Parts: sequence; C-alpha cells; structure tokens
Amino acid sequence: MASKDRIAEPWGSRTPYGPGEEWPTRVDSHLAEGVEPDQVDRWVRSATILHSNGDALDIAVRDGRIVGVRGREADRVNHGRLGPKDLYGWQANHSPDRLTRPLVRRDGELVETDWDTAMDLVVRRSRELLDEQGASALGFYTSGQLFLEEYYTLAAIGHGAIGTNHMDGNTRLCTATAAAALKESFGCDGQPGSYTDVDHADVIALYGHNMAETQSVLWTRVLDRLAGPNPPKLLCVDPRPTPVAREATLHLAPLPGTNVALMNGLLHEIIRRDMVDHDYVDAHTVGYDELVELVAEYTPERVADVCGVPAERIREAAELLGGAERLLSTVLQGFYQSHQATAASVQVNNIHLIRGMIGGPGAGVLQMNGQPTAENTRECGADGDLTGFRNWSNDAHVADLAAVWNLDPMRIPHYTPPTHAMQIMRYAEKGSIRFLWISATNPAVSLPELARIRALLAQEGLFLVVQDIFMTETAELADVVLPAATWGEKTGTFTNTDRTVHLSEKAVDPPGEARPDLDIFLDYARRMDFRDRDGRPFPQWHDPESAFEAWKRASAGQLCDYTGMTYDKLRGGSGVQWPCNADNPDGTERLYADGRFWASPDRCESYGRDLVTGAPLEPAEYKAMNPDGRAIIKAAEYLPPHEEPSEEYPFALITGRTLYHFHTRTKTGRAPQLQKAAPEVWVELSPDDAREAGVSEGDHVEVASPRGVIRARARINAIRSGVLFVPFHYGYWDGLTDEEVGRRDRAANEVTVTDWDPVSKQPLFKTSAARLRLVGPGGGAPAPAPTTTASRPVGAGTTETVGGPDAASEEHVTGGAR
Amino acid sequence: MRIGVALRELYDSESALAGELLRLADRHAEEQEIHHVARDLVRWSREHVREIVGAGSRYGLDLGEPNLENPEPPTEEAGELPGDDSDPELLLLADLRRLYRMAAGVSLDWDLLGQGAQAVADADLLALTKRCHPQSLRQMKWADAMLKTVSPQILTS
Repeated sequence: MASKDRIAEPWGSRTPYGPGEEWPTRVDSHLAEGVEPDQVDRWVRSATILHSNGDALDIAVRDGRIVGVRGREADRVNHGRLGPKDLYGWQANHSPDRLTRPLVRRDGELVETDWDTAMDLVVRRSRELLDEQGASALGFYTSGQLFLEEYYTLAAIGHGAIGTNHMDGNTRLCTATAAAALKESFGCDGQPGSYTDVDHADVIALYGHNMAETQSVLWTRVLDRLAGPNPPKLLCVDPRPTPVAREATLHLAPLPGTNVALMNGLLHEIIRRDMVDHDYVDAHTVGYDELVELVAEYTPERVADVCGVPAERIREAAELLGGAERLLSTVLQGFYQSHQATAASVQVNNIHLIRGMIGGPGAGVLQMNGQPTAENTRECGADGDLTGFRNWSNDAHVADLAAVWNLDPMRIPHYTPPTHAMQIMRYAEKGSIRFLWISATNPAVSLPELARIRALLAQEGLFLVVQDIFMTETAELADVVLPAATWGEKTGTFTNTDRTVHLSEKAVDPPGEARPDLDIFLDYARRMDFRDRDGRPFPQWHDPESAFEAWKRASAGQLCDYTGMTYDKLRGGSGVQWPCNADNPDGTERLYADGRFWASPDRCESYGRDLVTGAPLEPAEYKAMNPDGRAIIKAAEYLPPHEEPSEEYPFALITGRTLYHFHTRTKTGRAPQLQKAAPEVWVELSPDDAREAGVSEGDHVEVASPRGVIRARARINAIRSGVLFVPFHYGYWDGLTDEEVGRRDRAANEVTVTDWDPVSKQPLFKTSAARLRLVGPGGGAPAPAPTTTASRPVGAGTTETVGGPDAASEEHVTGGAR
Repeated sequence: MRIGVALRELYDSESALAGELLRLADRHAEEQEIHHVARDLVRWSREHVREIVGAGSRYGLDLGEPNLENPEPPTEEAGELPGDDSDPELLLLADLRRLYRMAAGVSLDWDLLGQGAQAVADADLLALTKRCHPQSLRQMKWADAMLKTVSPQILTS
C-alpha cells in the first residue's frame, strides 16, 4: 500500500504489461481525513459519475455519511483504478449549499415551498398549455448524468404520454456525433469496440481525444501498455500539446475546422498505397468506389495547405494506420465539436472498414462519450433518439414501441426528426415552446453564445422548471426549482462508453426534501394522470427495479438488448456489456466480429443523412443503397469552416476540458483538492502569439469575439500558433464579487458561435474566431492552470500542481490479474 | 441543335438558385442551420455556373460571370400560404417551398442537358451533368427536409 498525491500524479504508478496480457490490478482509494478502512460501516456498490469511463467503485459509508471511495479490483473496466475526479469528487455530495427544498418564483424571487405546491404549479401549467397549444408547447432538456431508469421514464412521459417531439439531452454537446457517426457507418448506434482493445492493439490512433484528461483510467491502461514490452505506436491528432501528444509516436496538429480534409488525405494515401482489405470491403460494405473517387483529389500536398500540417507527416500517419495489424481508434470532442463533425468521425470508421479491422481483439473503433450515462440517454431515447435504437422513420418500429408502452402509435411523434437541443432553445426564443423542463444540466453556462441563452431562458413567456442538486446559473432563472438526489443517494444503472453496465446503489439518504429524479418524474406522471390503452397509470412502473424490468422489455430484440440482466446479476459480478440476452448471457465484448451489421433496411436505427446538408435519406433511397444491410462507407467533401479567423479576429478559439473539472464545476468546484488544482479560468496561447501580443505568463488578457468578451489569465504553452484555448468549466456560481455582479466575463461560452453540425446537430465549440489583447500584468504569478496536463507551461519556474496532504490517496498494486 | 439553349437555361436557373440560397441565408440568419447550410450549398451552384460557362464556350455561347454576390430578387411572389408577409414563420415556409421548386427546376434542367449530351455524344458534357446533377438533387432534398423539420412547430403554434 502506497500513498500517492493523485492531484500531482493523476495517473498513479505504472503496472506495465505486454500485448495480449491481462492488465494488472491496482486498487485506488481515498477516505476522508481521519477515517481508517476498518471504521467504514458499509461499502456500497457503484461506478464513477464524473466522466464516461464507467470505472467500478465502492462507496464507503460511516454513520450515514459518504466518507470515501475505493476502486473495485474485479471490474473489467478499471481493474481497481480510479481517477482524480473520482477520488475527491464525492465530497460535493455534502456541500452545505445543496438544494433541500423546492422553490417557486413569487414576485420575482425564488422562495422555498413544499413539493405539493411546486408540483401543482408544474402540472397546472402543463395542462393549460396542452389545452391551449398541444404537445408542441412543451419541451424537455435533460442530461448525460441521470440513470438509465430515469431516462427511460422521461422518454416514456415525453414521447409517449405527452407526445412532444421536443426532448433532448446535453449529450447533444458531448456525444451526439458519436451516435450519428455510428448510425451512418453501421446503421445503428452501439459501440463496436471494447476497452480491452487497448490490451491487444499495435497502433492506437486518438482523434481529437485528450484521453489523458477525459478518461484518465483508460489512459492509465494505455500508459501501462507503453511502459511494457512491445508497446503500441500512438497517433495523436490534436492542435493542443496534450499528454497524449507528448506520448505519441506521431502528433498532427491540424488547424481547427479542417478535420475532414485531414481524414480524406489519410484515406487517399491508404488507398493509393493499396493498404486495403479488398475481401472485407467486397463482402461487408457498400460505398467504397465513391470513397475512392472522392478522396482522389486529397493529395497530401493539398491537404497540407488546408490543415497546416506538413505533407510528409500525413504520409507517415497513413503509413502508421495502413501498416497496423491491430488498429484501435478513438474519437472525441476535437472531432465531435468541430466543423463537419459527423463527416470527419465517419472517416475514422471508414479507415477501419477499408482495412477490415472491426470486431477483432485490438481492432476496434471507440466513438467516445463524454458523460457517465450518455449512452443511456441515447439508448433510452431521452435525447432525440427513439427508445431502444428504434428508427423514428420506420412505422413498424414506432408501432412496436407503442405496443411495449401499450399506447396508441399516433401519440408517439415521428413525423419529423426529433427536435435537438439548439432547436429547442430556438423555439423557446421564438415563443412556441412555452414550458421547458431542464434536469441535471446547466445550459446557462454550457451552451454557446450565453448572452442569448440567458435572455431566452429568462423570457416572461417561458415557464422554466429546473431540477438539480445545486442553485446553478440555470436554476437562478427558473420559475420552479426541484431539489434532486444524486449519485450515492439513489439506485439505478448506467452504461459506459464500451457498453459496460453497472448498478449504482443508494448509500445514504439525500439531504432535506431532495428526491431521486425517478421519483420526481413518476410523481409528475401520476399527478398528470397519464394512462395507457387499458386505463392503467402510465408509466406502468414505480421504482428503479421495476423501471429496469420495463426497460428490458423495450430493449428486447434490439442491439442494446438488456434482457439477460437483472439487478441481482449486476450485484453478482462487476460490469456486464450489452447486448446481454439468452444468446449472450454474459454480455458481448465486441460488436460486428462476424462482419454482420445492424443495418438492414427493416432493422437499422437510421437511414442515414447527407453528410453535407444533413437531410435524412428516404427509406427507399436507403433500401436501394444498402439492401443487404452491410456497413456503409460514406465519403464527404471538405468545406471550409463557417467562421474563419479574420483580420479583426485573427485567432481560432477552441474550448474544452481540464482533467480536474467536469462540466460547469457544480460538483468538482466543490471538492477542495480539485478546485485548488484548477481554481480559475485561463487562456492558452503559443509563445509566438504571446510575443506578438506582448503577453507574458500569468498576464491578464481579454478574449473577444463578435458575441462577447471574457477576461482570463494567460498560460503560455505549446499549443499550435494561431489557436487559443479556454476551458469551458467556469461560470458564475462562485467567484463573483459584489462589484462584479452583472459583469459576466468568465464563461468561455460568452464568446462561442451558435453553429452546429447539420448531421448530428452537435454545437461547434472549436471554430470560433476571436481576438486577444493584454489588459494588465499578472505581477509574476503564473496562470491558475494545471501544470500536469495539456496546459503545462513552456517556460520554467511555474509552481507544479500538487494536491498536498489533503490529496493523499492509497494505491495498492496487487500486480496480479483480476 | 439546341444544346446552347439548354445551357443558357441552366446558366440562368443555376445562377438564380445561387442567389436564392444567399437570400435565404440572409433573410433567416437567426435560423442558424438554414443560414449556415444555405451558404455551404451556394458553393455548389457557383461551381456549377463556372462549369456551365466553360461548357458554353464550346457551343459558341459567351455567358460571362454572373453577379452571384448581389443577385436579383426572384420575380415569383413570396406569400403563398394564407397570412401576410410580415409573419416571419410563414415567410420561412414560403422561402423553403420556393427553394425546393427552384432546385427541382435546376435538377430537371440538368436532366435535359444530360439527354442532349448523350444524343450528341459529348462525353465531357455528359460527365459535367453527372457531376452537378446529384448536387442539385441534394439541394432540393435539403429544402424538403428543412421544410418537414420546421413546419410542424410553425403550423401548431
């Protein structure tokens, strides 16, 4: 047992291993100061909630309070390890400023009330609008952080009982493109690969994916492979000097917004050199000829001009990918939140399809998620998707869902694509959505162009319900605030990026009158008196386990089949990958191993979209293109970004995460070790750009775009010249002094542009044009940015980021197999 | 031979479509997807016009570069749904309907030209129609898709 400061050493100690070997176990834990392991009353089963990795852990409970966490050694995902956010983030549950009573707006002020009063208001307004305008007046905007049972219930209420098309999750900002890219290539959402592909791969390509900071335990697995015999080669595509870039065999830093050009260049070279598995392409795909034709003109030289990457590096990258025997690719926000998001991500799938590398050990694609339960938002249909990966433009699928719910199919809206988050906001802005229920997310900080978002959420004519655990920037604008329970205070399941399902059990009671989100949704349904076709109360379930059993029926026979799981089974082992059914009682490690896809016209979740216009394909078009349900190779031309740097705004601004925080810091900002590691917003710029602007490390600068202005301290790092980076975590719930109230110049989204990918509808946070100017000297103090991460400064002399005694965590390298 | 007539017709209809896309982007700048995608799709029409000018010279036509930055407004009336022009929602529906019809017209014109190209065995001209025609269809389908997407909310509120 060793003590580690996991703020200073985010990935902990190395346990090297070789290709094909089992990743050794290492159990990480952190307990509150003064608590010894033998003083813990109970360990309660759960998994991590502050990223998408789905690391299994047990919650330590003492005297009815959470006192720490410990990674679960037996779990397939983490083999006992935890990341910094997991080790310290649980402390936010105890924050004294948790919401504990419902609030309603009276005479302009939010005042405490009881549940009956708050829910009656919500129900009355719902009924008024349903009578007056119908279901199109009501919208729901949820999260990637609730549990499966809660999303399924919300989807049933929204799409089934109310019949509104206006339901989405903040997964639109994080994972919509992953889902879209999978649908385009494979006909259905569903992660093809597995985390165990890291154990086998000889080349790992990370596209716009700073894995070290977004999925730190998965990165630990990669680091352990790199430290072992016969390590994999790494390709990193990222304009920032991330920890991934530092470890990479080859690092390409394309100009923001040029990903499709780069991918087409890589495909051009792989095809030109005929590093193509023609047998696989012939047997299992459609569309190869169109790809060959389209990428023909994307020579490395032409691509080099567009992307600002040397042609020779593009050739080397293609050689690396084309020479791989077991290629693992991962994709995240550098592609998903950038220009032509889906088109670029689909090209990553195409590399695997033309190389015949799908479904084998080490040969996989991981189109990543950003949030812990994003996968469930997608599969349950609490985003735009139809429950259970059903196809909203296939009437038979809609009828099937209506039968599962025992509702009239006409009640389920399917005449148009589901309304995505940005369009919901637009309808609210225009006044046709007049009731918006936001659960577990904070759009007043996380959506682009915040001045606009605040104004539309605050409109008189919009009845805003916010369900959360803290008084967020969004909750402050609400008409009704509903206090929710969170992780550790309620029971439910959730599914990570590689389809691993964990059960998270209630460890302690929620504070005050706060209630589980599931209870709140069901309470609403009962008060609205929703009924199914037989007059029974709808939804027909009443608690987490009955909701899970109902969900199993909705998933039966679908790709995301849960019918082989029960709560008891999930308590028995640790982590089961769907599909799990009678044929696969222990779950399924990889999809599509047999080259058979979920893409036949009567089965597919989506007929696909035009990668440039976003227009959905008609069923007949899809049938003509792909009658046998093969994988679809879809080519896409490069288009220049919609907002390019100009004379007035010479920088490309990208926003993103840092290792120590999650989303708008509602939890991580309340965990002292995490908050101290990255206490305040900063902006990253290159040494050349800093020199030109007369800016030194730590100086106060202003970043402006046509939308707004923020002020931050400058971090000079090895980011690509011409590019600025601002972390998006910082809003206004803390850090505003009295004289600053009303001055909103801290959130990155004050300056971002309103634009989205026409295919996935994911907002673009990586292609805003901006300018930077020096405001004043920093007095020699460095920027408040971590030194352990992508924001590591180029100059010496900056104090290293450490956690100190409070951050002491235990690390027990057992060394063996799990 | 009337290939020149077909080329001139296409030159006119494709230029008008480019102008219409720009006008749509401008008029509905607050509808961000319509604004941005319309501007992306102008590129195709501009490229088509350039190619038509090139092909025209082989058929003795001097078509010249059209002014695509400040296009003439279309002659067709805007309001075709009940209601008046001051209702921006109905205007959006009307504009998308017009765009759809204009793109459909361009698509038909490419069809015609393709038939002529085959009849006179002009392989280059046929290749041109095969490059451009699918993009006109995609423009048309986009207008249709946007109309289907935005109309339910407009019609029910």
